[in-house]
Amino acid sequence: MVSVEDYVARVEETCGEEKDFIVIFKYDKKDEAVAKILQRAKREKSISTLIYELAFRNVSFRLYSTGKAIFRNLKEKSELQRVLAELLL
Amino acid sequence: MFDPHKIREDFPILKRKVNNHPLIYFDNAATSQKPRQVIEAERDFYEKHNANVHRAVHTLSQEASQLYEDAHEEVAKFINASGMEEIVFVRGTTEAINLVAYGWGLHNLGKKDEVVVSLMEHHSNIVPWEILSRVNGFDVTYVEVNNDGTLDYEDLEGKISRKTKIVCLSHVSNVTGIVNDVRRIVKLAHEHGALALFDGAQSVPHLPVDVKELGVDFLAFSGHKMLGPTGIGCLYGKREVLEKTDPFEGGGEMIREVAFDTKRKRCTISWNELPWKFEAGTPNIAGGVGLMAAVRYLTRLGMENVKAHECMMTGYAMKRLKECGNVEVYGPKDPSVKCGIVPFGVQGLSSHDVALFLDSYGIMVRSGYHCAQPLHQMLKLSSSARASFYLYNTTEEIDRFVDVLKEIERV
Repeated sequence: MVSVEDYVARVEETCGEEKDFIVIFKYDKKDEAVAKILQRAKREKSISTLIYELAFRNVSFRLYSTGKAIFRNLKEKSELQRVLAELLL
Repeated sequence: MFDPHKIREDFPILKRKVNNHPLIYFDNAATSQKPRQVIEAERDFYEKHNANVHRAVHTLSQEASQLYEDAHEEVAKFINASGMEEIVFVRGTTEAINLVAYGWGLHNLGKKDEVVVSLMEHHSNIVPWEILSRVNGFDVTYVEVNNDGTLDYEDLEGKISRKTKIVCLSHVSNVTGIVNDVRRIVKLAHEHGALALFDGAQSVPHLPVDVKELGVDFLAFSGHKMLGPTGIGCLYGKREVLEKTDPFEGGGEMIREVAFDTKRKRCTISWNELPWKFEAGTPNIAGGVGLMAAVRYLTRLGMENVKAHECMMTGYAMKRLKECGNVEVYGPKDPSVKCGIVPFGVQGLSSHDVALFLDSYGIMVRSGYHCAQPLHQMLKLSSSARASFYLYNTTEEIDRFVDVLKEIERV
């Protein structure tokens, strides 16, 4: 069965007042992950095919075609897991 | 002649691409890249000389011991210590400061005493003292910083007193790159009968450092920030101070004798000589050998040249960043008081967003608090992005960095 862990290599919780989560997708799955997310999230803005400003269920985040994403204003890691599951599975 | 383009040829990693762009490595305050000479020295040790050090008579152990001791001597020469007995190899700056806290502080700091630190410190020069104060009950007093992040020397003068037993400050701030006046601080500390410990993590790799000239009692620094391997660093201590400092860890290598007293049914222990009494267990021998190669590399280039190059790079970066309307450089505006570090922010973006954006173009910078949350609070910053330079960085890389930052503005 496919899981979030199949796509995600690491999650970094940032330091600083802004408590963001940075998600780094697995190198060999990043293109698939980016494609799935772009299909399911609402595109607010994009900068060529490099960076996408997206929204999904009141969560705003920025997706980089290099296979990284920064999720803002999430309270807990479990919330991130739920969002990622809906976006990727 | 100091030529960063030529120097770059020694660093294999600088040839790689990241996200289809040539790598620009501006995270040198976190760790430096390693030249071929250091990588080869470690490999050569494992391929030809690997054995445990000291107390074995066989040839390989003799060779390993000699190399490990040579590494101590080389580091001692590099910072003009009196000899290898003043150089303790540790994992890095953090462990070096913890060694002082537990080896010296645990036995010398009491309820009526004070440890003076500053608000510009890395957490590694705050947390050990705060933890130990809970055990011994002494006060930790924080020296203020000015609005531009420079040390408030008037406040420092007011806070050092006869109660102060040790003053623990950064030589160079890891956030702003500000170079503190070590001699002035040491003089003040000694006038009050206090010891002076400096965090040299951001100074020893970048400036000529002479411990005798500076007069410091302790100096802590990391090998991995000065072209050496990770997991190796140094605590310099004046011989007479180290002699009065107890070991931080116990085990093999750091003892002269562990004799079982049959009457007491206990062991009587005597310490090994300096510096080994502080190096319990099998040390990071290959790391020490790698650090020796790094020190030789830096010595060959000349630390005055390294400093001059980084000063030039800092000034150039600060000048070019003025062209970016949305970019604010934090800290002092005068590059001559700084050393190789430029903290900055981009209007409307978090530092992590900035770092991710730059990463997409192959440019590596740090974001967040850089383990210095109190300084960010004082400067009223939620976090910062940090570009930090080293001897292999070029003005062309700064041009590219500025071009990409302008791209952020454009979009």
